[in-house]
Amino acid sequence: MKKLIIALAASAALLGGFSTGAQAQEKKKVCFIYVGSKTDGGWTQAHDRGRIELEKALGDKIETPFLESVPEGPDAERAIERMARSGCAIVYTTSFGFMDATVKVAAKFPDVKFEHATGFKAGPNLATYNSRFYEGRYIQGQIAAKMSKKGVAGYIASFPIPEVVMGINAFELGAKSVNPDFKLKVVWANTWFDPGKEADAAKALVDQGVDILTQHTDTTAPMQVAAERGIFAFGQASDMIAAGPKTQLTAIVDTWGAYYIKRTKALLDGSWKSEQIWDGLKDGILTMAPYTNMPDDVKAMAEETEAKIKSGELHPFTGPINKQDGSEWLKAGEKAEDGVLLGMNFYIQGVDDKLPK
Amino acid sequence: MRIELQKRARVSTLFSVLSPLLALVLTLIGGAILFWALGKNPGSALYSFFIEPLLEVWSLHELAVKAAPLILIAVGLSICYRSNNWNIGAEGQFTIGAITGSILPVLYPEWHSPMILPLMLLMGIAGGALYAGIPALLKTRFNTNEILTSLMLVYIAQLFLDWLVRGPWRDPQGYNFPQTKSFQIEAVLPEMLASGRAHWGFAFAIIAAVALWFMMRFMLKGFEVQVLGQSERAGRFAGFSARRMVWFSMLVSGGLAGLAGISEVSGSIGHVQPSISPGYGFTAIIVAFLGRLNPLGIIASGLVLALTYLGGEAAQLSIGISDKVSRVFQGLLLFFVLSCDTLIHYRIRLIFAGSQAEAKG
Repeated sequence: MKKLIIALAASAALLGGFSTGAQAQEKKKVCFIYVGSKTDGGWTQAHDRGRIELEKALGDKIETPFLESVPEGPDAERAIERMARSGCAIVYTTSFGFMDATVKVAAKFPDVKFEHATGFKAGPNLATYNSRFYEGRYIQGQIAAKMSKKGVAGYIASFPIPEVVMGINAFELGAKSVNPDFKLKVVWANTWFDPGKEADAAKALVDQGVDILTQHTDTTAPMQVAAERGIFAFGQASDMIAAGPKTQLTAIVDTWGAYYIKRTKALLDGSWKSEQIWDGLKDGILTMAPYTNMPDDVKAMAEETEAKIKSGELHPFTGPINKQDGSEWLKAGEKAEDGVLLGMNFYIQGVDDKLPK
Repeated sequence: MRIELQKRARVSTLFSVLSPLLALVLTLIGGAILFWALGKNPGSALYSFFIEPLLEVWSLHELAVKAAPLILIAVGLSICYRSNNWNIGAEGQFTIGAITGSILPVLYPEWHSPMILPLMLLMGIAGGALYAGIPALLKTRFNTNEILTSLMLVYIAQLFLDWLVRGPWRDPQGYNFPQTKSFQIEAVLPEMLASGRAHWGFAFAIIAAVALWFMMRFMLKGFEVQVLGQSERAGRFAGFSARRMVWFSMLVSGGLAGLAGISEVSGSIGHVQPSISPGYGFTAIIVAFLGRLNPLGIIASGLVLALTYLGGEAAQLSIGISDKVSRVFQGLLLFFVLSCDTLIHYRIRLIFAGSQAEAKG
């Protein structure tokens, strides 16, 4: 009994002794909420790199608390609300599935700014930001068509939302610009972040005879499978060269840092406005990882395409393009409008998959 | 030398009562050491983990939201465990309750009637109870082990839910995301107060706990549960049927888990999606034992476990500790509860095996 009292007293002392350390800081809080682990090697890590860059650039004026591995659903709403209440001046919610939760909390806290990545619902204090990933996917498709011996690539997809369907189509378009008969097989992992499922999907595709892998999920598991099976693959969101030094051809690298710095500066000088931003290669919101493990002529082709996209000379979604069933979508020379791309729910010709309905 | 556990002749009543608190204190001390080892100030870490979430009204609401399913499930489980029926599959009954309860809003989204919510709750209870009826039937009919059958049924329930929301129940306007349409307003379990998100699920939990406490304390049925749990033979002499008790306890706990499921879906999520629970059905097992299988104790222990979920978030935000720490806390807590209980009933004896061994050692 005596020991128990001592233990109680000790823990009470611990609690009481340190609890008075309320921080008297004037720094603005710029907060981030992540769907995965910040060390996932992919999507979330790319956002965390952006956060660290931001902290380096403006660390004397701001601090950057974050929550990681927040499940999409009721927990997300609570986590975002906790951020808003804990004095965050702005909250970046970095997954599509946080959309409804962000909208709800933003309506409750009109004085706090919110920015939601890749969503389509905005408000007076809720901006959205996105990156034209499809530009990078088009380049990847071209490389795939050059590097594949069998003329078939495998695509590990997450959810059949427009963003992902757009990426699949862009990849196939790039491939077809090199090899008109190029085929693309798709497996739906139905997750953003699950190394086990992603690896299973990768194995299934390799077993079906693809010799190039690309992914729209967050971890390096597919890259590792490709390395084991001795085929090539593309990295996603982060440079995944460490997971496949002899495997990665290039990767779409999300470079959110510049964007976060720009927006946070606007917040600090009071010029922040709710906008719906969709930047591309030319704005530096995404970059291509070094072109590796390929002959020089393929590399030169990729670099040329990249330059053309940046200069605006080439828009990946330029007609003539047919839908999967062979009907015409874009006439020769016609460019797809952003609105159509953002709501894309159909495949183009050459994709060897049925879109889940 | 070896270590042996020896049964104590007398069990201290004082420590039986104190053991959960003792376990809590030990967990706090263990946590302090952990934080210290991570290079964080243990005082402020424990403060933001255990105290900060209790300081604001909205956060107390969130605590109630998290605690409601834990308490509802755990009080049902306490009846099972008291009567020696080991229902491990509450997570599955929770899931099925959520599904059966959601049938009306998903299939009849245009039905705007105040009747819909009570019907949903009843269907949720029925679904959970029926699903718990499967292991009960298997046990009474074929003498199967309910631990295994109820546990395996969890995976079936989860995969069934997964199939439903990716297939027939998917919202056609939902950008192909695997979730149903949002429930119509009449089908949403309302919030209790305007000051936060806590919905009536918490009230259900308290009512269920008090009702079952009353039953265990003052009614013949409660006596029957205890007698059959302690000795089936003695129960038979008293005219109680162990078979009927299997049914009774499984149906009650399944029904409550089902109610928790539909309350969670209707009150806090607002639609059905592939993942509706962070493992409430399993965490509720810890809650039940931490509450000494006493329905009123379970209210307290449910709140404590709910706090470990919220505290993890608060600690991550204010001092930057990994979110994994809340799981570590839950594990520490269970470990200390079980070891305290063991040491109340047993004493540790060191046995030295003869002088030869001693000379060597």
